[in-house]
This record gives sequence, C-alpha cells and structure tokens, in this order.
Amino acid sequence: MASTKKDPVLVVLQLSGANDYLNTVVPFTNPLYRQNRPNLGLPEDQLIKFTDDLAFHPSMGPVKDLWDQGQMAIIHGIGYENSSRSHFRSMDIWHTCEPDKVGTEGWLGRVIRDLDPAGENVLKGVNFGQGLPRAMALRGVPVTSVSDLASYGVLTDIPAIGAGEEREQMLELFSRVYSPAIGTGMTMDYLGQTGRDALKGADIIKTAPEQYSSTIEYADNPIAKSLKSVAQVHMANLGTQIFYTQYGSFDTHFNQLPAHAKLWTDVSGAVNDFFADLREHDAADNVVMLVFTEFGRRVQDNGTGCDHGRGGVAFALGDMVNPGMYGEYPSMKAEDLFEGDLVPSYDFRGFYSTFAERWLGLDAKPIVGGEYEQMGFL
Amino acid sequence: MPNQADIALMAHLMRRAGFGASRAELEERCAKGYEATVEELLNPGADSGIDEDELYRYFPQFESSLAPVAAQTEWVYRMVNTKWPLKEKIALFWHQLFATGNSKVDNPPEMLAQVGMFREEGLTNFPNLLVRLAQNPAMIYWLDNNGNHYGSINENWGRELLELFSMGVGHYSEDDIKEASRAFTGWTIGAKPPRQPVGRFYWSFEFRPEDHDYGEKEFLGQTGNFDGSDIIDIIVKQEDTARFLSRHLYNFFVADEPQVPAWDITPPNDQAAIDTLVKAYMDSNADIKSILRVLFNSDFFKNARYQHVKSPAELVISTARMAGNYNQPRTGFPLLAFECGWQGQELMNPPSVESWHTGSEWIDGGALVRRVNFAAKLLSDTSLPGVKAIMAGLRERGTLSPAEFVRACLDLVGPVEVDDGTFQELLTQAQQGGDITWDTEEGAAESEKRAGVMLALIAATREFQFA
Repeated sequence: MASTKKDPVLVVLQLSGANDYLNTVVPFTNPLYRQNRPNLGLPEDQLIKFTDDLAFHPSMGPVKDLWDQGQMAIIHGIGYENSSRSHFRSMDIWHTCEPDKVGTEGWLGRVIRDLDPAGENVLKGVNFGQGLPRAMALRGVPVTSVSDLASYGVLTDIPAIGAGEEREQMLELFSRVYSPAIGTGMTMDYLGQTGRDALKGADIIKTAPEQYSSTIEYADNPIAKSLKSVAQVHMANLGTQIFYTQYGSFDTHFNQLPAHAKLWTDVSGAVNDFFADLREHDAADNVVMLVFTEFGRRVQDNGTGCDHGRGGVAFALGDMVNPGMYGEYPSMKAEDLFEGDLVPSYDFRGFYSTFAERWLGLDAKPIVGGEYEQMGFL
Repeated sequence: MPNQADIALMAHLMRRAGFGASRAELEERCAKGYEATVEELLNPGADSGIDEDELYRYFPQFESSLAPVAAQTEWVYRMVNTKWPLKEKIALFWHQLFATGNSKVDNPPEMLAQVGMFREEGLTNFPNLLVRLAQNPAMIYWLDNNGNHYGSINENWGRELLELFSMGVGHYSEDDIKEASRAFTGWTIGAKPPRQPVGRFYWSFEFRPEDHDYGEKEFLGQTGNFDGSDIIDIIVKQEDTARFLSRHLYNFFVADEPQVPAWDITPPNDQAAIDTLVKAYMDSNADIKSILRVLFNSDFFKNARYQHVKSPAELVISTARMAGNYNQPRTGFPLLAFECGWQGQELMNPPSVESWHTGSEWIDGGALVRRVNFAAKLLSDTSLPGVKAIMAGLRERGTLSPAEFVRACLDLVGPVEVDDGTFQELLTQAQQGGDITWDTEEGAAESEKRAGVMLALIAATREFQFA
C-alpha cells in the first residue's frame, strides 16, 4: 500500500465522449491495427514509442515524460461486462458503479462520506467545471462545485447590500432561510443543504488563489485552467482530498485525426504542468490522478472517425504510483471482438477499488458495490 | 382588478409557457382570461416576435456571426424581447431535447438556423419536426449523418434518433438502429462558400441518390424499401414515442421528473397526467399545439406551481425581463448569454447529445451561488425600469406594516410563494426598519432602499429557484 504522511489526495480527470484507446496507446506492430485503421492509422514515424510494440499518440509527448519519470501506470482493457454504447448510460455506470440499474449515488460521493463521515469539511470534495458530476452526488454529502475560483461567494458584488457588516447580517439570514424545514420535500432539502454548504465553502476556498504563486505557466484552455485551480486549492491546504474535473468532447465519430490530436495536446500539457507545479511546491507526494473515459471506440474506423466501442484504457499518474503496465491489451483478432469492439478484460470497479483501498485507506466494497480485482499500481 | 388567485395562476402560466411577466402584463392577461391567454400563446403571429430590422441595425455582427457567444446573444435577445413567448419557450424545449452543440458543429450561424427552425416549426407536429431535424445541417453534422454512406453506415444519427429523440432506450433493437441508419444514407449537407472572404460556409440539406441505400429494410417489425421519412413515419406512430415525448413535455412544462436515463425503469411521478398527454398525442396525430392545449388547461398543470427548478436560461431570462433593463438593444446582452453558461446551461452547447440533466441537478454549490448573486443584483437595483415599476406598486399600497411590506414585495415580484420559515425570516429583517412610509422624500428614499434589499433577499431564497 502506498503511503504518505499527509492526507492522500485523489484527482479524477474524466475524458468525456469516449477516448479512442487504439490511437492513444497504439499497438503499432500489430498488423490488425493497420488493417482496421486504413484511414485513422497514425504514421509510425510520428508515434512516441515507449515499448517495442506500443506507442503514445504523437501529441502525448508531455505524458511520455511522466512515463519516463516513472510516474505513470497504464491500465489496459478496462470496462465492464455487457458494455453500453450509450454515452449517457455508460458514464452513469462509471459514476455510480451500477451497471444493472440506474444509480443515484456517486462512487466518489461515498468516498467523500467515508473520508469525512460527519461532513465537517465542505471542501473535502471539490469539482471544477460546469455542474456537479454524478460521481460526486450523494444526498447529505457536501461537495463544492466551482466554475470560476476568482468570483466564488454568496451575495458578493451587490451594491444594495454592500460589504462588511450589512452583508454579514444578510448571510446569516441566508443561512437561516436555507435551514432544514420539516416536510418541504427532497428538492427543498437538497437546496437547503447546498446553500448552507456553499456559504461555508465559499469564503474559505476564495483564499486559495491569493496564496498561490508559481513559475509554471499553464496553457490557455479549459483543462489547463481547471488543473491550475486544482493545484491552487490543493496547495492552500484546505483539506480537500477529492478533486474532479473533465475535458472533451472525445466523441470523434468524424474528423478524428485533428480533433483527437488537439484534445491530447491540451490534456498532456495540462497534466504535465500540473505535476510540475506540485513538485515545484513540494506538494506532489500525496497526489495521484485517475484518468478515465466511458468506453473505447470501435476497432475499425468508419472513414474519418470511429463509432462507439467497448474496452478502453485508463491511467494512474503521480509520484506514488508504481509505474508500468497492468492488465492485457485485449485481442484485436476478429474472432475475439464483440460486434467489432474490443472486449474489456478488466472491471473498472477493481480500478476504483485500488484507489479507494490502497491510496485512500477505505473499505472499497461498499464504495464500488462488491469485491473486484485490485492491481498493484498503488 | 383581477383577484389574487387569478393573478397567481396567470403568473404560473407565464413562467412555464414563457419567461415570466410583469405585474402589468399579468393584469392585462387576466382581463382577457386564462383560456384566451392559452390560445393566444398557442397561436402566435407569423412574424418572429421581435423587430428584425432593429435587431440587425444595432447588432450587425449577428448576421453570419462567427463567435458562438454572438449566436447565443442573439437568441437571448429574442427570448427576453419576444412578443410571442411560447415560440421562444418551445424553441428552448426542442433545443434541450434535440441537444446539438457548437463544440463540434463549430458553425454558429447554422446553430442559430436550427434554433430558428425550432421557433418557426416548434408548435407544428412531431413528424414534421423530426423530418426537419433529420434534414437540419447542424444536426446532420452533429450526429455525423454526412458520414453515413451506402454500404458503410455511421449509426450515430440512427441511434440517437431512437434513443434520445423519439422512443427512448429499450424499445428497439440494435438491428433497428442499423436499418434506420441505412434509410438515412445519402441525407447529407452541401456547403456554399460565404460571401465574405472570411466566414463559415453556409450549409444546406442535400439528398444524394447515388449514396442512398434503396434496398429493403426491416424496421420495428415492418419491411419495405424505407427512406428516412418512412422511418420517421413508423417511429411517430409508436405509443412508446408518444410516452417518451409526453414525459419530456411534462418534465419541461409541468413538474420535474427523474433524469431521462431512468425512464425505462422509473415510472412517471404522475402516470395519469402522462396518460392524458399520450392520448392527446394519439388523438391529434402528434400535433404539438393540441397536446400543449390539453396540458396548459389541465388541473395537473394548474396545480404544479413551483414544482420545477428553473433552468439557468429560465432564471436568467425571466429575471432580466422582470428587471426591465434589457427591453431594447443595448450593450450587456452577451453577459446574459455568458451567465446562462456560468450557471450550467451554455446555450447551443449542451455537454453532450444527451443534453443537460434537469431539475435539482441544475443546482450545485457553484451554480446556486451564481443564481443567487445574479438575481439579487438585478432585482435590488432600484434604478432599473422593472424594479421602479415594483416600487411604484409598493407606493400605491401606501403605508405598510413590516408584514404587509414583505407580502407586497413577494406579490409584486412573482407572486412568489414562500414557506412559513422563510416568511418569518424576511419579516424579522423587515421589522428592524419598522413601517414603510412614503410621506416624506427621505422616508420614501429609505423605503425604496429597504425594498431593494428585500427583493435581493427574496431572489436569494430557495423558493425563487423554482418556477
């Protein structure tokens, strides 16, 4: 089990829209890759090779640096049985660990509950981005969702109310009108909880950017901005242990070559800058990052893109990760495919369990809904 | 003077069938009556509902705009200022259902054209809408039907047509998806170079017979040499389609339902209401206007007040309309468009084809903070015309005790209904200043200042988050 003196921190990066496994970790010596990808096959001289028969996408140079530094684990063939080809459904399954029914509880919601059972720190889980991901949603578990760190706060910038004592008084009233009232219904209760949590979290989290300075210059794109915010809040020591952010869309049915290259340029640069930033501030030793997508894409390309598939690839990143490759690249032989898709060889709930138990020190079983094979990357 | 119950019901109708209405408009509509207002909403004029010349005189950049925010801004302008509220509201409904995103389409004029189609065709019938959708260039590009070829199908459009736009998951097979996709081969887009040297290409629907699969298809148990329109004809006759669309209409116009992916296993909150809408669908051959007439005149609609969490667009547009300072061309409209996005609903750019999650999922810590701050800032600004009108309404009521003052503010800004706990807190705040008076200039100024603060607090309540 990996250990650190500080509280362990997990950063989850969701690649929304289904990232193409075959063109991310490319099996370039496999003739079936060329056969199935007549239009999308990446030229061998551009690939970033990291073993005798596997290579990263050409725009993943900064990720290759992490691999070379021993900070990266690649988890092959991840997915689940009877994989759904619906983005919405599959993302729900990844978020809730409920492949057979529609779940409402997010797996990270359960993680946050177990890390902070009394709900003392409303910043225990922080999402950067539009709207809260279902993975973090669990009634009664406070999480903070921030679209823009710089302007976060209740009743800020309202001339009629002003600042100082008058605003303080209004915030007290706000807190009381958002208090639980009996019999007002689930949505009202949820709103009440959210309002009170927002109030508590806002004034704390806003201090993070003020304390931050760094030589790292992040690129100007949404994922770089999100990961910079994660770095700022992490380094402000506010007790956040679960961070979440997402980037996309990786739904490359069409015109995949330029779109996928741009996406991985943004993600690779942002992730590398993020870890460089943490290391510069001696704040990297208690952070691991989980990178996932809802499913892989179809083995055979459709001309300029590829359709929804099954088995995919996930990553674990960070100083504390035992580097290397885990699991097996699923067979691309026609007889081994399911309706033209790679068959997942590893259940994502085992991947989650590894983080929950070996990194966060929690009992994974109630979090992912059962016992699944864990791997040695932590 | 209409009675309070009529005003409250009319306010409910206008929040759902439009983006809210001022007290003056509510009184005017009450004088015409509820059912007459429903008919007026359902039968808007043929024009777009705003002065087009004025729009393009003040915002010439809207013509073939290159930036997504310019397109969003144009739509926001129309939603705030339309004289046909339901035309814009139904456009928003179809946009949320047929979620198409500029993140991939990357052609704001085509996105606006799609919304324009929803505005103009949105109250016709469902088969017509689906055919127009299948032939809409932004949709064709969004779901890759331009990559769907004879002998080499791309099933993206075929799948989402069935799963997300008509029948719902679980009511068709993987083979049906493939057969439907075959029927839509050759439905593609032609591009026309722009007039200016720099600009997006204009797209148009193009049917290419040589790329169309004319072969026999088996779809939902029927066999024939179907093309796309035939597939849509079969789809719209399914009761599953009637149920799926009815539930969407209910979720958007009546009361929040569970999230869409749960629909094939979670029953509707009000089965009888859905059955009523399904019947209206079947009886009218999927005529949207007929279904909405049944919906707006039903008791289940009239009784569903504050059962629907406002979407960001509903919150932003209705608050701006109430404040009254966006009622003509001016700077600042792009901020309203941005605000929708910051609250979690970037118009014409949903997170995916599965659209936004609605109801309480609009609300998280960050979104709630933005909603409260946005509405409180506008409604507490007593220099704005709509807020001035509220002040005038207060002044007409003369000297007010603290309790009368709170009730009057809630009434004039909605009417907003709050629970006892919230009312008591607002009352406690009001009592600190004693009675509201207008006799002296000083007293009136102080009263207005207190009313501004009270409106900010009302905008900050939980209840204000609901429509």
